[in-house]
Amino acid sequence: MNEFRTLIGDTIERLLADHATKEVIQAAEEGVWPAALWQALEENGLTRLMASEERGGGGGNWGDAFILLTAQGRHAAPVPLAETLVATWLLDRAGLELPDGPLTLLTGLTGDGEKASAKVSAKVSGTAKNVPWGNQATHGVAIIGEGAHAHLALVPLAAAKKTNALNTAREPRVTCQFDAVTVTIAPVGQSGAMDLWGALMRSCLMAGGLQTLLKASVDYANERKQFGKPIGKFQAIQQQLAVLATQTAAAVAIAGHAAERASESDDVAFEIAVAKSRIDDAVNIATSISHQVHGAIGFTYEHTLHLTTRRLWSWRAEFGSGRDWAKRLGRETIERGGDALWTYVTAR
Amino acid sequence: MHEFRFDPCRLPPEAETLRSEVRDFLSGALAEIPAVTRSQTWSGYDPAFSRKMGEMGWIGMTWPKQYGGHERSALERYVVLEEMLAAGAPVGAHWIGDRQSGPLLLRFGTEEQRQKILPKAAKGELLFCIGMSEPDSGSDLAATRTKAVCVDGGWLVNGTKLWTSNAHNAHYMIALFRTNFADDAKHTGLTQFLVDLSLPGITIRPIKDLTGNAHFNEVVFEDVLVPDNMMVGTEGNGWAQVTAELAYERSGPERYLSSYLLLGELVRELARRGDTSADAEVGRLVAHLVTLRQMSLSVAGLLEAGENPILEASVVKDLGALFEQDMPTIAHELAGVEPLLGQGSDYEQVQGFLTQASVSFSLRGGTREILRGIIARGLGLR
Repeated sequence: MNEFRTLIGDTIERLLADHATKEVIQAAEEGVWPAALWQALEENGLTRLMASEERGGGGGNWGDAFILLTAQGRHAAPVPLAETLVATWLLDRAGLELPDGPLTLLTGLTGDGEKASAKVSAKVSGTAKNVPWGNQATHGVAIIGEGAHAHLALVPLAAAKKTNALNTAREPRVTCQFDAVTVTIAPVGQSGAMDLWGALMRSCLMAGGLQTLLKASVDYANERKQFGKPIGKFQAIQQQLAVLATQTAAAVAIAGHAAERASESDDVAFEIAVAKSRIDDAVNIATSISHQVHGAIGFTYEHTLHLTTRRLWSWRAEFGSGRDWAKRLGRETIERGGDALWTYVTAR
Repeated sequence: MHEFRFDPCRLPPEAETLRSEVRDFLSGALAEIPAVTRSQTWSGYDPAFSRKMGEMGWIGMTWPKQYGGHERSALERYVVLEEMLAAGAPVGAHWIGDRQSGPLLLRFGTEEQRQKILPKAAKGELLFCIGMSEPDSGSDLAATRTKAVCVDGGWLVNGTKLWTSNAHNAHYMIALFRTNFADDAKHTGLTQFLVDLSLPGITIRPIKDLTGNAHFNEVVFEDVLVPDNMMVGTEGNGWAQVTAELAYERSGPERYLSSYLLLGELVRELARRGDTSADAEVGRLVAHLVTLRQMSLSVAGLLEAGENPILEASVVKDLGALFEQDMPTIAHELAGVEPLLGQGSDYEQVQGFLTQASVSFSLRGGTREILRGIIARGLGLR
């Protein structure tokens, strides 16, 4: 790992250990915005990691973002750090303004007239469902239009009619309705759909979350005694924890791979589909094993295990479920044909 | 708790150049071999093919030139292996020597052993088997009882090795024998030997497996005199030497590609039928395939860097065996063709062979339970 990654890794670990405490996370579930946590992330430049240095950002790529996102996933940090990183990355690349404060990602909107490449504004309409932190973010970014006509839109959320809901981790998921709201836009080139970058972001967060499930479960199995010895001494438990470890390893490996590839190229739909699909499987197995190993105590609100598992159950469904991405992968694979599968996989 | 390391690994450009050469070679060399034969991949025995591989310089690729090797990188070797497996090349004859016995002799063998053995092995002319399991020593390898007693001129060996793949075709066995019988020497009383299988007193009996093939054997040693100079490494160091091989043995592409041909057949069949109902399941298989390939490549990268990632290798083998073992059942659920033997379409016959063979994938090279025990130890639970 290079020095920059070590530095940002150490920084975020320290910040989250200090500020993303159990008390802060549980207060956030009651609607208390963790202002000190967000401020610390901003003051250390972490929320702007993926903006270019000329515009006051960290100039980081997806491989660097992987460090922050897995850390956020490990600590269950209840702020839109991930969404803000991706939003500023997209805005910066498109040459649009970078608003202050937390940002989020919007899907499901359409615009008028974005086909004219010289246009700098458009009217967007439609319903963006379950916008992460839609009550807290000042702006959301949306990709409207497709292919060569795709534009990035910076959408002020004050203009939306909002319906509040919570995901399983009691984080805000706000459905935002827009009716011909005027927004600034810019061409995004080959950036592809918002689902793609959202899926990569969620994949990295889930990889981090799984690391926490593994560590918490191993620690608990070493501490908890039954029948006169730590339950981790029983082979039945050891075999389950080994499976949890293999699933975690697979998730971290494929999220890291997809993030590295996204640092090099925008042609990463295949890798991201692989990651989101594979990690969905890992989450299903790992959440089940970690709760089984923890027994009743892990089912209490008092315990911290569920701060991670409840996030994983939300993240696995967002920006395309594993099955949605797998369907795409499968269709493309069958259309390319059996002979082309190996050449395609090795040429990526 | 061990931090599992699966850093992204990028293949160097020379490896991709090599990949095209391998594909050109295989498109000719495998043209006449039916799919069901190719689906045996690294259990397929074809000494003529192995000699051709030797001529191409694709055996012992990483070994020093002075021993007949080619001094290429572990990642270049990896590309050759994965191409062979994905195409279903019959690489079984030289597989063990290339993967394990050669590297073992390079690390622990004497100069005499290296010079005598390795150049011929790299030509694909000299074949190995590995004598580890015994009738009462399977997963519990340290229970090895076949004994080698120091006598005038060498070691007198008595006992039985079991499930020894390709012993009936191999020239040499890398054998693990007990040389110290003390109660407290369970792990420290084992020694590795290079055994010439033509020595008097050795009886090799092939064992027919449930597929009808006879790849593995019972090898009985009755007063076999193994010369002193055939000891590999040092007396009593056998356990440590065997353990050092495990990362090589358990992380390679053969640990997840054994059913790859069936995936290709399944995709062809679904395309032929115009069936879209299985898209998600096929996509899921592709996602697992790509993830396993990256994990296996990461381990190759660590091995290339001189590390010994035994825990990462165990993770790859456990996940890889699940993948290749589940494939026949998933294919059955998605396409439901009758698995056939001897007759039928390529798909029906590949399904026929792998449906039966795949139960062994989580047994050979360390059972699923043993691997998970190793991982649990890495987690600090044992």
